[in-house]
Parts: sequence; structure tokens; C-alpha cells
Amino acid sequence: MSSGPAVPTVPASDRPDPGPGAEVLGPEEIARALTRIAHEVLERNKGAADVVLLGIPTRGLPLAHRLAARIAQVEGLDPAGLVGALDVTMYRDDLHRHPTRSIGSTELPVDLDDKVVVLVDDVLFSGRTIRAALDALNDLGRPRAVQLAVLVDRGHRELPIRADYVGKNLPTSLTEKVAVRLVETDGVDAVRIEGGER
Amino acid sequence: MKHLLSAADLDRDAAVHVLDTAAQMAATQAREIKKLPTLRGKTVVNLFFEDSTRTRISFETAAKRLSADVINFSAKGSSVSKGESLKDTALTLQAMGADAVVVRHHASGAPHRLAHAGWVGSSVINAGDGTHQHPTQALLDAFTLRRHLAGTATDREGIGRDLAGLHVAIVGDVLHSRVARSNVQLLHTLGARVTLVAPPTLVPVGAHAWSCAISYHLDEVLAQQPDAIMMLRVQRERMGTEGGGSAVGFFPSPLEYTRAYGLDARRLARLPEHAIVLHPGPMNRGLEISADAADSPRAVIVEQVSNGVAVRMAVLYLLLAKERETLA
Repeated sequence: MSSGPAVPTVPASDRPDPGPGAEVLGPEEIARALTRIAHEVLERNKGAADVVLLGIPTRGLPLAHRLAARIAQVEGLDPAGLVGALDVTMYRDDLHRHPTRSIGSTELPVDLDDKVVVLVDDVLFSGRTIRAALDALNDLGRPRAVQLAVLVDRGHRELPIRADYVGKNLPTSLTEKVAVRLVETDGVDAVRIEGGER
Repeated sequence: MKHLLSAADLDRDAAVHVLDTAAQMAATQAREIKKLPTLRGKTVVNLFFEDSTRTRISFETAAKRLSADVINFSAKGSSVSKGESLKDTALTLQAMGADAVVVRHHASGAPHRLAHAGWVGSSVINAGDGTHQHPTQALLDAFTLRRHLAGTATDREGIGRDLAGLHVAIVGDVLHSRVARSNVQLLHTLGARVTLVAPPTLVPVGAHAWSCAISYHLDEVLAQQPDAIMMLRVQRERMGTEGGGSAVGFFPSPLEYTRAYGLDARRLARLPEHAIVLHPGPMNRGLEISADAADSPRAVIVEQVSNGVAVRMAVLYLLLAKERETLA
């Protein structure tokens, strides 16, 4: 007890271990970023009438559900009709470079024709996942417009793809790893940078 | 996993993973655009030394839905009928750059030889060898069983579940059936209880060592209220009927076989309410299954065919959509 930590923190039993590295976003910052993105989506599309949020598994999915809950609250809608899942595994261009990936499920709340689809993912990096998502969308319908919302944009794009809504721009080096952890999948809300030369 | 040669190659987790992948594949097959770009640039060769309609078409459809190129090779009308050996055929395929070879052969063990002799570097999928194994048929049967009997109200597909607690009766010509052998292994791996029902003449030697019960009386097994009943085709072409007779020596007459082991409306009515009827096809209507039973709403025989495409898509995906393993 005499030599406690210099900075008082929440007891370890109350918050699961957030993992190694430096925290760049905590639970409050993530909540605020999502609230802002929800309002930006509404502002830009003049309401949520034709908007469908599609989360890309694994961690895009809980983010899409949180955004849908906020949008539904503001507009007085049912969040279940706003949000779905888009699995892009079978459209990836790097399948032959990894061990077999498990396939997630695709669930569409409504027909996508003439809707505004907002793709939701946790980290925007090379842009290849989004390229695969655009191909997957192409097979599912013909949305009027496709927009992209990400919690973190870490740069290093390999394709001409950009995000419409960004939670936080995070300049990183290629040796670093950005780890997003969410309550739904990992028990804690945190964005951390790991590795790299310190 | 590089090859799929036998249902025994799969442990519980691997089998459940194949079934879960198949469930996702089945979901894509409900869409308007069924084709996926996943295996673009891969070549799948269907190497069929034995007649087959549904298995070959099922594999061909599965490969094409995943955008692989398909080359069909049947022994009839090829240089095999001129006496080419399996090895030379295999070397030819290797030179053509096949990524996967789907092989059906009348000799038990031919796919194993193809996979392990070092002739080809591609994945080998057993599509039925002699009286030995037919693993994708067992997987599609397990997938169909899981869909109907292990799903819940919230999760119709039963993702992540096995078949624990189910009782499946497999009835008929077990002796000549690679489907029965593969199913006994796979269903046991997945936790189901299997009872084989056949006349003593159609039970193979050594079957008592398999992980299943064996009965000679269909009506006694029906009284145990199985959750599913799988009827096997009486394989008269393997029973030495060249003499013009019918199924020499295995049972006295087709009529007597039907009376003792055939599934008809009367026996169907004795099954529990939720029980389903499977048949790997092609059916001998009037012999092992009556038209009443085959066309009843509890028969899932046509659904087995569409599930077969999803399961084979899953197997091709799991074997081919990954980094290439170095050739031995």
C-alpha cells in the first residue's frame, strides 16, 4: 500500500486488462467520436431515411450497431432496420497469403437498391478491406451512394480510397500496430498503439 | 488440411468448422448473384473413373460458384479406356496445373494413392472410392441433420453446434456403401449415436468394431424413435447381377427386402414427429423406399442435393483459399 502507483487508476478488477502499448482513445473518446459521426451522417444525408449502416466483421459490426443506436435515437427510428453486416472474406485479394480465414455472415436489413450505404470499420489502413467490401456490395445490389465511416484512420493507403467520417486520424509508422478493442468483442473500449521503435 | 480423403481425417472442431463455413456458403446461394470471386484463377479437375451424376455436377457447380475453372475428366471417352494408368493420368493433370483434383474411383484407396504417391502437388478430394469413403456426402448429411435437428429459434443453422444427443438410423446395403462408412465415422465424431440396420448378408465383416450399434430388424430400431433415418441404395450393380438374376445371394427377392427393410408410409408414421428421412440418391423407388416416403414432407432428399453444393464450396474454400503449402 505504501508504494502505490503514481497516477491513481481504476482498480484492475473493474476494468479488464486493456493490453500492451499506449492508449490513444479511451471509452469516453470513442463514445464522443461515434456520437459526432452519427450526427455527421445525418447532416450529410439530410436524415436517415435511406441510410443503411453495414458493419464489416469483426469490429466494424459493434461499431455499426452503436452508430445505428445513436442515429435511431436522434431520428426516433428502429435501429434494427438501419444496420446490417457485410462479410468481405470471400472478396479479399490476399486469401492466398494467409492461412484459411473463417467466413463471417452477411445480413442485410433491407434491399440495398437506391439506398445510401455507410460502410463501418474499425481501422482504415491499406484500403484493401474496403476494396473487397465495394466488390461484395456490387454483388448484393446497387446503392445510390456508398460512404465510409472508420473509428481510426492510420494512413498508409495502397489504393485510392478515403473515409467520409473519421473518429480519429492517427499518424503511425508501418512498424506500429493499431489495436482497437471493444466491449462487445474484447470486454473493454480502447484504441492502443503497439510496437514500433520507442 | 491439404486433402480430404476420409471422414476420419476430421476431428470434431474441424468438422464443425466445415459445417459453419457451409452455412455461410449456403447463405450466399440464396442471393440473386450466386457467384463469388474467391477462387479466381484456381483450377479444379473432376477426375471421375466411375459413373456419377449428382456428385460430379455438385462439385462442378460448387467450383464454378467460387469462380474456379473446372475441367471434367471421365474415364469413358478418355485415354483411360485405352489403358492409361492412374499415375500417367495424374502426371498429365499435374502438368496442366490443377490446384485441386476431385477423384472418384472404383478402387478403394485410389484417392489416397493419388494424394501420397508424390505424383501431384495439388489437393485431393475423395468423391467416393470403391466401398471405402465418401467424405463430402457424410458432411452434407451432417449439415442437413444439423439444420433440421440442432438449430434453435434464434439460430436456425445451429452455428458452432455438433450433433450431440441425436440418434440416426442408417438402413440398407451397408456392405457396399461408402456413404455408410463415412457417415458412421463423421456422425460419431460429431457426437451422434448411429444404428446400422441391414440384413446379416449386407453387414460387412468387422462392422461390429465400428463406433455404432448394429441391428437386423428395422421395426425394432423404429421403436427406439430415432431422430433421423437414412435409407441406403441397394447397389445391385455391385452384387454380381451379370447372370441376369437379381442380387444373387444377398437377399431372397426384392419384395422380401422391401418388406423387411423398406421405408413405406406405415413405417414413416411410426417415426417421431420431428424425424427426417435422408437418402444419398439415386433412389430405387419401390425397393428401399416407397414413393409415399420419398415424396413426404419429412423427406429432405432434394434439400440434401442443394446442401451438397454448399458443403463442397466450403471444402474447396478451406482447401484452396490459403497460402500454398510447399510441395513435398
